[in-house]
Amino acid sequence: MVPITTFHYLVVAAALFVLGVIGVLTRRNVVIVLMSIELILNAVNLNLVAFSRMWGNLHGQVFSIFVTVDAAAEAAVGLGILIAFFRNKETINVDEIDLLKW
Amino acid sequence: MPSFIMSYLGSTVTPGEAGNQFWALMYVLIIFAGVSVAVMAMNWLERKALAHFQIRLGPMRVGPHGLLQPIADAIKLMLKEDIIPANADQFVFWVAPLIGLLAAFTVYTVIPFGPSQAVSDMNIGILFMLGVSSLGVLGIVVAGWASNSHYPLIGALRSGAQMVSYEVAMGLAVVSAILMTSLKTGTGTLSMIGIVQSQQQQSVWFIFKFFPLGFIAFGIFAIAMIAETNRAPFDMAEAESELTAGYHTEYSGLRWSLFMLAEYATMIAVSSIAVTLWLGGWMRPFPNLLHAPMWDFIFSLFPGLTFLCLATIAFIGTARMPAHSFFRIQRIGLAVFAALLGFLALLLLVIAVAGRSADASLAARFNEGIGYVYWFVLKVAVFMYLFIWYRATWPRYRFDQLMRIGWKVMLPISLGVLVVTAIVGVLVS
Amino acid sequence: MAPVATPWFFYVLAGLAVASGVAVITRRNAVHSALALIVTLLSVAGLYLMLYAPFVFAVQLFVYAGGIMLLFLFVIMLVNIERSSKERRFNRMWPAGLVAACALMALFISAFVKGRTLFPDRMILLPESSNTQQIAGLLYGEPGRIGQYTFAFEIASLLLLVAILGAVIMTKKKI
Repeated sequence: MVPITTFHYLVVAAALFVLGVIGVLTRRNVVIVLMSIELILNAVNLNLVAFSRMWGNLHGQVFSIFVTVDAAAEAAVGLGILIAFFRNKETINVDEIDLLKW
Repeated sequence: MPSFIMSYLGSTVTPGEAGNQFWALMYVLIIFAGVSVAVMAMNWLERKALAHFQIRLGPMRVGPHGLLQPIADAIKLMLKEDIIPANADQFVFWVAPLIGLLAAFTVYTVIPFGPSQAVSDMNIGILFMLGVSSLGVLGIVVAGWASNSHYPLIGALRSGAQMVSYEVAMGLAVVSAILMTSLKTGTGTLSMIGIVQSQQQQSVWFIFKFFPLGFIAFGIFAIAMIAETNRAPFDMAEAESELTAGYHTEYSGLRWSLFMLAEYATMIAVSSIAVTLWLGGWMRPFPNLLHAPMWDFIFSLFPGLTFLCLATIAFIGTARMPAHSFFRIQRIGLAVFAALLGFLALLLLVIAVAGRSADASLAARFNEGIGYVYWFVLKVAVFMYLFIWYRATWPRYRFDQLMRIGWKVMLPISLGVLVVTAIVGVLVS
Repeated sequence: MAPVATPWFFYVLAGLAVASGVAVITRRNAVHSALALIVTLLSVAGLYLMLYAPFVFAVQLFVYAGGIMLLFLFVIMLVNIERSSKERRFNRMWPAGLVAACALMALFISAFVKGRTLFPDRMILLPESSNTQQIAGLLYGEPGRIGQYTFAFEIASLLLLVAILGAVIMTKKKI
């Protein structure tokens, strides 16, 4: 069998990235949009760690720790915004969050 | 014998490090069987001990002194009707107990029963254990939601919030113990076997190190681990009189028993973490201070003597049973049990005597291995008994009191202990 | 110790990750999506282990699977109205979104095809036993010098503090 190289991991990361982008652009439920953003960030992390293995140093892994920390902060704030909005308008569909529409 | 079996016997590394899949599988099967037996024994002990605390007798009829009661319970639960609520989500309802069970049993991969008796000694062993036990919360929350009913949902959310809150304090207490591993050699270690070996090098259990810092950290972990497993006095989310049994209300029969299995397995797992980090793991008391072969021999007699005491108690129980024809079968059963325990005690004493020289013969290696496992299991058993004692003694906390303690009392104390331990560690070395 | 059955593990974990990713974006029920995302996160954690990054594996387990997903599940149970599982799944602009994603995929494929020769086939074996110590050296510094990423580490902790404060203030009913 073909030995697993960096390229295989990059392909998996790209697939997850594209799935995340489709989720962000097409779904109506805000929570699922936020989960797709987490998919994108995971794909980025996988990319970073794969390159860290390829170059043989640990900078990619440290960067991926920072990306994870960032994703946690962003998930918390994003869900806070969602709850605050849900209290006002009682909907979680991105189609119906159109208070600023003229 | 095939070479892959013989090549591992007598090795000094774990099967994970030796790359031996057969022995790793054997260890996994032994651990699985051992934990299941321990959970059943824990079930029996809980009912008997709670009963005796409340001046009653507990189960007495099923086997002698209720010894076969867990088996009867297991058979009953397997034969019960499997009820699924009407609008419940079928797939999620089915998968929720499995998540909790998976998380509870995966941590046993890194628990060390001896210096080479672990399935695999990961370099990040303690991080792995804490991370996987935080996956168990997901099983509970999803179980409460999948039941499609108010009480389980509220119980599950409360349980989930409680477990997450006490995980923070638990993690910080663990970090202050890991700090102590780096005091002698300059580099610490996260592997479970490494933590016990650093306790051996510093010739002190971490609970007594920098007294009272190690003791406070241990106390915080001990309290947090009770909250992690939803046991009294933190069992608001699952107590029978509160939310009609909380997140596992709608589960009946075998699925409910999976939840109980996961809960007891988690209890044993977090007790193992506490024993490994603070109480010296598999080390017998005073391994460096009392190092003479005579002391080794005396301490190696302990397993046999323990089983001898148990056999004596069972024998006294047999003698005290009423000499009525109704009790004949129970009397015979208890006598057989006492005989089994006595035989086991005899076997252990023979091994201890035969292996008393420290050479590499089979008896000596068996003796050593049995000693390690015995001291580890004894310390974990003390914790299990403490769990039951707490349940019998203390009233439960109201949920807001529980959350207040978790965030406003445990977290600052554990942060303070961590900082002070670091300062003292730097000053000492 | 030589790794065992590496291609098999890689294909299983990668296939599981991609299949669960598809389940995340297509399920009608939000809780099913969350469970599928948990499976994806765990498979990606397994891939980190295969890449000899045990500390990142532990961080992923702790933070993502044990923390963020619990947060998502709590919020789903808080805002999930029964009618949301009977509504349309995809919004009105879904053809445009799909075309954009296909364009992105075409870009990735062209980058991979053109740059296939740029990625060396060697895989340097990072020492796994000192992974945590080396990451700690980068983040905290050696004795006597500050680490390369210490400043960024402190900023990240400030970022988390800001996120905590923001989340608390935004969900209060009366500020």
